Amino acid sequence: MPTDIQAPEILYGPLSPMLIVFAAACIGVLVEALAPAARRRGIQVVLAVGGLLAALVAIIVQRGARTLTAGDAIAVDGPTLFIQGVLVVLGVLSILLLAERGLDGSGGAVVARASTTPGSREDMRLADSDAMQSEVFPLAMFSLGGMMLFPASNNLLLMFVALETLSFPLYLMAGLARRRRLLSQEAAVKYFLLGAFASAFFIYGVALLYGYAGSVDAGKIFDATGDVGSNDVLLYLGLAMLAVGLLFKIGAVPFQAWTPDVYQGSPTPVTALMAACTKIAAFGAVLRVFYVAVGRDQWDWRPMMWAIAILTMVVGAILAVTQTDVKRMLAYSSVAHTGFILIGVIAVSKAGLSGTLFYLATYGFTTMAAFAIVTLVRDSSGEATHLAQWTGLGRRSPLVAGVFAFLLFAFAGIPLTSGFMAKFAVFQAGTAGGAGVLVVVGVVASAVTAFFYARVVVLMFFNEPAADGPTVAIPSALTATTIALGLAVTIVLGVYPQPMLDLADQAALFIR
Amino acid sequence: MLNNYVPILVLFVLAFGFAGFSVGAATFTGPRRYNRAKYDAYECGIEPTPQPMGGGRFPVKFYLTAMLFIVFDIEIIFLYPWAVAFSQLKLFGLVEMALFIGTVFIAYAYVWRRGGLEWD
Repeated sequence: MPTDIQAPEILYGPLSPMLIVFAAACIGVLVEALAPAARRRGIQVVLAVGGLLAALVAIIVQRGARTLTAGDAIAVDGPTLFIQGVLVVLGVLSILLLAERGLDGSGGAVVARASTTPGSREDMRLADSDAMQSEVFPLAMFSLGGMMLFPASNNLLLMFVALETLSFPLYLMAGLARRRRLLSQEAAVKYFLLGAFASAFFIYGVALLYGYAGSVDAGKIFDATGDVGSNDVLLYLGLAMLAVGLLFKIGAVPFQAWTPDVYQGSPTPVTALMAACTKIAAFGAVLRVFYVAVGRDQWDWRPMMWAIAILTMVVGAILAVTQTDVKRMLAYSSVAHTGFILIGVIAVSKAGLSGTLFYLATYGFTTMAAFAIVTLVRDSSGEATHLAQWTGLGRRSPLVAGVFAFLLFAFAGIPLTSGFMAKFAVFQAGTAGGAGVLVVVGVVASAVTAFFYARVVVLMFFNEPAADGPTVAIPSALTATTIALGLAVTIVLGVYPQPMLDLADQAALFIR
Repeated sequence: MLNNYVPILVLFVLAFGFAGFSVGAATFTGPRRYNRAKYDAYECGIEPTPQPMGGGRFPVKFYLTAMLFIVFDIEIIFLYPWAVAFSQLKLFGLVEMALFIGTVFIAYAYVWRRGGLEWD
């Protein structure tokens, strides 16, 4: 006979943002099943954007929530709500990018019919049609739902489920590019295999931590770290393996190998979703594990994270210098940024937490706008991502090149951009938290990144354009909104960051 | 403390021992009849090489069936423990299970409407 089973207490209010997004994703699948093919895309866009905006309203309504629910498996607290809010807004922008179809007269960045053989006659015919695989919208919504759950999971098993929920749709979406389909499918397979490998490490780490603490609850693991005489080998092994899974998702060295290939091969709107949203969500989970579950053992895990942060900044910055493809360069630059954000994580303080949250928000918006610009520069075979093709873009299209240059300055951390405030916040927290060496490495790595950002700017503005260079497509309102909002946030948070800094500061408290 | 892990160690030894025994026994006692099929990378399934022009096409029907099977298999795995604990979970459990089955049926509706259940 089963012993007494208690149904867990569930507070639907604090869970409502996630429930809304998952419900919208499920309805999206039903739309695919029941709506006529010609109208699916329109319905999906309205449904996805509407669902995300409703979730944003729910987050604002729940802004004061600080509670554990669902049997302590989900923690809705300041960092969770802050990250979910940023994710939802960035989610809307990436849906808008996915919905764009006005750039080359075809159905957008997503493949017309994923089941056709790449390069076949049917594929060639469909590539220029206005059809698209509109399943990508529910997939993006499922992924976003998983991303919202990821930093909220207070239970390592649930965190694993969230990790898979956000990853599986991404693996699929990575392979759905309309052009250069083999490259895209290669990216999807690489991402899937390496991601599955990292997940295996993660789940083994969970098992070892269960062996250590007798529970997979972050709070219970924290309690166990206070006990004398427990088996610390299990803790260190378990934490190290857990960290492999998490560091893979944020793209830290030495787990960054997938980043350039996957960023390059995926359809650019999906790359934007991956670069901005996945990184933010995964950092939320990293913060929850390192601040909540093993916060007391910081002296044990800090050396490991120090080494990883230094490697990530240096390798990311140096490899970015040698890149000749815009998307690969942005991929390595995102690796370097992962290193900068890790300084905030390693600080293990309120300032470190709020600085990390602020950095994630600024980085997300700048990245989203930068990849939106990449979708605009095109030649006859689709996006022109080779850096040589961007030569003289500033002469041909000063506005687009100017915006891109500004975003690159923000990445580099030039004052009066959000990137400067963000770097300042985490470096300051790092210095206060005794990570002075890391900050020095961070400043040097920033200087290296500034070099290759400046190189692109010089390439665009101080060189003659090639005669047969790419053209800049005129974006419709969808992409234009994304670029405008990303640019606006980058400027506003650089000039007047105080409200956002205050918001991050208020949010910077975990509950156990 | 680590004594608790002795059974796991024994299990490892048993597992490796069984694998070694099986492979060894097959090498010594199995018949050796080499033919064309034996030399293929897989004795059954799709021929990996040479590929026809354009990557070739292969039927995905079996894969679809397998994926559908997994969807409903998971549903059943979840239904059994729920049925055992039904009297304790009461209305809450019933509503949750209805929601769960509802979401699984969304997948079913998708497969059905998009032709996943037609064999030809």
